[in-house]
Order: sequence, then C-alpha cells, then structure tokens
Amino acid sequence: MIKPIYGMIAEFDNPSDLVRAARAAREKGYRKLDAYTPFPVEELSDALHLHKNRLPLIVLIGGICGGLVGYLLQYYVTVVYFPINIAGRPLHSWPAYIIITFELTILFAAISTVLGLLALCGLPTPYHPVFNVPRFALASRNRFFLCIEATDPLFDRDGTSSFLETLEPREVSEVAN
Amino acid sequence: MPEEQQVIDKPESREIIAPGYTFGTVTDQIATVVLTKKTPLFWFGGFGVGLALLFGFLLAVAVLFARGVGIWGLRTPVMWGFAITNFVWWIGIGHAGTLISAILLLLNQAWRNSINRFAEAMTLFAVACAGMFPVLHLGRPWLAYWLFPYPNTMGVQPNFRSPLVWDVFAVSTYATVSLMFWYVGLMPDLATLRDRTNNRAARFIYGIMAMGWRGSARHWSVYETASLLLAGIATPLVLSVHTVVSFDFTIAIVPGWHSTFFPPYFVAGAIYSGFAMVLALAIPLRSVYGLQGLITDRHLDNSAKVMLATGLIVGYAYILEAFSAWYGGNVYEQSIFWNRMTGPYRYFYWSLVFCNIVAPNVLWFKRVRGTPALLFISSMVVLVGMWLERFVIIVSSLAQDFLPSSWSVFQATRWDWLTYFGTIGLFLFLFFLFIRLLPMISIFEVRTLLPQAKIEEEVQG
Repeated sequence: MIKPIYGMIAEFDNPSDLVRAARAAREKGYRKLDAYTPFPVEELSDALHLHKNRLPLIVLIGGICGGLVGYLLQYYVTVVYFPINIAGRPLHSWPAYIIITFELTILFAAISTVLGLLALCGLPTPYHPVFNVPRFALASRNRFFLCIEATDPLFDRDGTSSFLETLEPREVSEVAN
Repeated sequence: MPEEQQVIDKPESREIIAPGYTFGTVTDQIATVVLTKKTPLFWFGGFGVGLALLFGFLLAVAVLFARGVGIWGLRTPVMWGFAITNFVWWIGIGHAGTLISAILLLLNQAWRNSINRFAEAMTLFAVACAGMFPVLHLGRPWLAYWLFPYPNTMGVQPNFRSPLVWDVFAVSTYATVSLMFWYVGLMPDLATLRDRTNNRAARFIYGIMAMGWRGSARHWSVYETASLLLAGIATPLVLSVHTVVSFDFTIAIVPGWHSTFFPPYFVAGAIYSGFAMVLALAIPLRSVYGLQGLITDRHLDNSAKVMLATGLIVGYAYILEAFSAWYGGNVYEQSIFWNRMTGPYRYFYWSLVFCNIVAPNVLWFKRVRGTPALLFISSMVVLVGMWLERFVIIVSSLAQDFLPSSWSVFQATRWDWLTYFGTIGLFLFLFFLFIRLLPMISIFEVRTLLPQAKIEEEVQG
C-alpha cells in the first residue's frame, strides 16, 4: 500500500511569483491550499481568499470580561465584603474604580489576543508534515512555498505535480505525511 | 479632490536600510550574532560589568533582608528616597520600547522595524528593575503578594481607592502585556533560529519556543491582526502607566506634587529618558556588531528628534510648574519651589535644568544628530538629568513640606547607591543575555523593508 502523502509543495524565489502561483492554483479549482513565507505578504491573503478572522471578536469579548471583572471585583470588595465608612462617603465610589477597571480591560484583552492567536493558528504544533521537506527550512529565510494538500478533491499526485511545474517554481517536492 | 491629482512618492532622504540587502543576507547577519560560537570581547565586557553589579545588588538585598529598610537613608520625613526615585526612573525608561513597538506601528513608521525588538527587550528589563524597588521598599518583601486582592483568612483587602494599589495593577499589567507583545514578535524569528542552527539542543529549545511556527499564510493573516490589536491595546496602556505612576504624587497633598499636569509631564519625561536609553544601547551595539546597515544614521536621527521633542515638552513642564506655583498663590507651593531652587537641593535642581532643558538643545543641530559619539554623550546626559528630576520631585518635596520643625535633609547611604547601581547591573546582565541568545533585531520585519518584498504591480489584485 502506498503511504498517503500530505500534499505537493512548490518553492519560489520571490513573493510575486508565489502570489501569481497561488492565484493560478485558485483559478484551476484547488481549494486546500496554503502558502509559506518568511514574512507576512498581504496580497497572499487576498489570493488565497483567507476570510476575515474572528480574532477581533475574541479580543472584544476578552476586554469586556476584563472590564467587568475589574469593576465588579472592586464593587464587591469595597461595598459588600469589606465596607469602611469614612466620614459618610459613598461606598460605591465609582470614579476611584476607573483605573483598575481600565487596566484589567487591557490585561484581559491582551491575554485573549495572544491566546486567540495561538488558538486560531492551532499552535503550538511542534510537528507538521511540511517540516519533512528538507528545503522547507528556507521558508523562514528567503524562500516562498505553495502547498496543495492531498485532501483537495482535485488532488492527484501526478496531475498536481505537473500543474505546479507549469508555474515555474524552483522545485516541486512531495510532502510525506 | 481633482481626479488628475497624482500620488507622488516622497523621495527617501536617507535610507532606513542600506541598499544591497537580500532576504538571505538580512537573515544571516542578524541570526549569526546569536548562532555564532565566537562571542565578541565587548559582550564579555558588558556582561561582566552587569554580573559584577548584579552581585552587588544581591549583597545589598541580602543586607536589606537581614537588617531592614533602615540601611537606606530613609528617615522621617523622606520615606520614599531612592527607592521610589529609581522606580519612577526605570519605569519611564521602559516607555520608549512600547512607544516604538506599538504607537509607531499604528502610525505606520517603517523605520521602527529594525529597532523595536531590542527596545521592547529594554522595556521588559527596565520594568523588571523598576519592580524591584517598590517590593524591596515594602519592608517585608516576602509579603508582596498582599498587594493583590485574594481570598485570605485575615479578612482584609487592598484599598482600591489608593493610587498605590492602582500602581500595582498598572505596572503588573504593563509588564505582562509587554512580555506577551515581545514574545509574539519573537515567534517567527525563533522559527528562523530553529531552522538555521546546527546545534541539536539549540534547535530543540528554539523549536519549543517557536511553538511550531511555519510561516503559513493563514497564520500570518491572523498574526498581522494580532499585532495590530496588541499595538492598539498597548498604546493606551503605555500612556496610562506613567499617568498612574504620577497619581502616586498628584493625589497626595504634598506641595510640589499636588498638580494636575503631572500625568502628561511624566509621560513626556518617560519617553524622553526611554529614547535616551534606546540611543545609549543602539549606538554601541550597531558598531560592535556591524549593524550600521540595519540601524542606520536615519534611525539615530529620528530617535534624537523624538528625544528633542519630548525634551522640549519636559522643559515646558518645568517652566509651567514654576509659573503655576507662583501664579497659584499657594504659599506652601511657592516655598517648595523656592527651596528647590535655592535650598539644600539647589545643585540637583540646577543640574537637572542643565541636563534636561539646556543640554538637549544641541540636538537641533544636524551635525550633532549625525555624530553617534555626540548622541551617545547627550543621551547619557539626559538619563542622568531624568534621574535627577525624579530625585528632586520626590526628595525635595518630602524633605521640606508644611511644617519646618519636621524638615530634614535626605542622605543617601552606600546601600542606596549599591541597590541603585545593582539594578543597572541587573539590566545589563539581562540585556547582554538577550543579545547573545535572541535576535536583537526583528528579522521578519526587516525583510518586509526590502524592495524585493514589494509585490510586482501586475500581480497585485
């Protein structure tokens, strides 16, 4: 039995070629695509039709939770748990609560940004099939990769490979699973 | 808007990256500093000085734990002395790092890309040094966790109406957010180091720290959103931290402290001293490691301009402070200013006026901004000046407040000095470890500065 493979990967020299190749692959009908670059390439998200992510929503919810926790914590402590009557001043002294409410809003929003980033990216992932390609180490240096994954309905080892060859890459290789 | 209006690219007066770099050479140059087996003598020198001072710090702290805060020059009425001076000074230094990494990112200042990494590291280590002082100043540092609200059998909770408790929240939030921002920025570069190193142990450690980052386009698109969000979150935070620090003073009724313009004045001073520290670190680093192509004269020039601008705001604040003391008609306020200028602390006061208002005016001259040695000297002058500023605000106000019968002049002891220089040692120790173990310039962000990183127009959608 042939060992199932993860996909076929093509290596390019510069970001323009990669964006061009990604567009071509989309046009050809491939949908299970991913590109690997040493720095963010804005046009790629466009070419690969990467939908807007939900990170801002996660951060908004995190921030609101932080603000609520901050305010309610202070309300609970100063009004319910440990009320101190100082010259009859109101126990619910909201102006004094603003700073800690603000700080906890920021703190929770920042933590949810980082955790949201990791969750949406599925990190940490110490092992991934693309790391099996020896030349893939250059993806963090100066090379640009386009991978068509085997789960794509149009994927067929030879056909996909020859399609990738038409995009004039430096090299096309198979990604072992 | 007329249709025929053309968008003309502003010609670059001076480059923010030297011509001739490629993705590969940028990566190699920055990664080699970390991955090489050869360590320059400069590193051993700096690290050695840091380590020696750090041992001094440990000694001072050991004596402090054994004998209490009385070993410092803290005597009634000056109970804040060096500890709070150093705290405010250090935390201010940290602000430039966040300004560079967050505010300049939002303002789309591409030149920040090559200095943000070590500036953020500077922030982290400066906050670590700052955090030492309030904790050691507690008298019983092992009970520092009492500062946080937690369910306890004592049945008491912190007073949320006190600026000192606000400070706990502001500084700990600042430290946490700075650390996360820095780490998120490091992830792609850690992946680069993982892929470049030949050492198995190093590959394992960098690999774990990089969390399996593989530069996927899907990840980058979330990553870019995350960096913008973090920058947007950190921007109000950095402005709020020194504001809250200034509340420690303004909410008290001590003359010379009780003033509404402290928050903007403190924030400007913080960025002023922070950029001085950025220059003081960047100038030696770039010449030792040959990074003049990445940290160019343009970076030094821009930093010097920010320093000059914030320095002028600080100068304005000094003038306004004296003016409002005179114009406000409050005798205590007036006498504290008169005492600052002519009393026992007059030498400190006039030196700080010289260091912070007079000296930085040399930065108006292009020739000074273009000469790294002169810039280094002026940033040192600013760092000293800002320390004096914090010292004068804290000590002179406390030493001579409402009741002349309780006036007393603060005398710093050798333990005060050893603790202060000890935290400089801690800073140097951490910073030199950082430049040896992690890329001091953000590799992936510098790659985006290269002309090759631009997508050809025909390919653009």
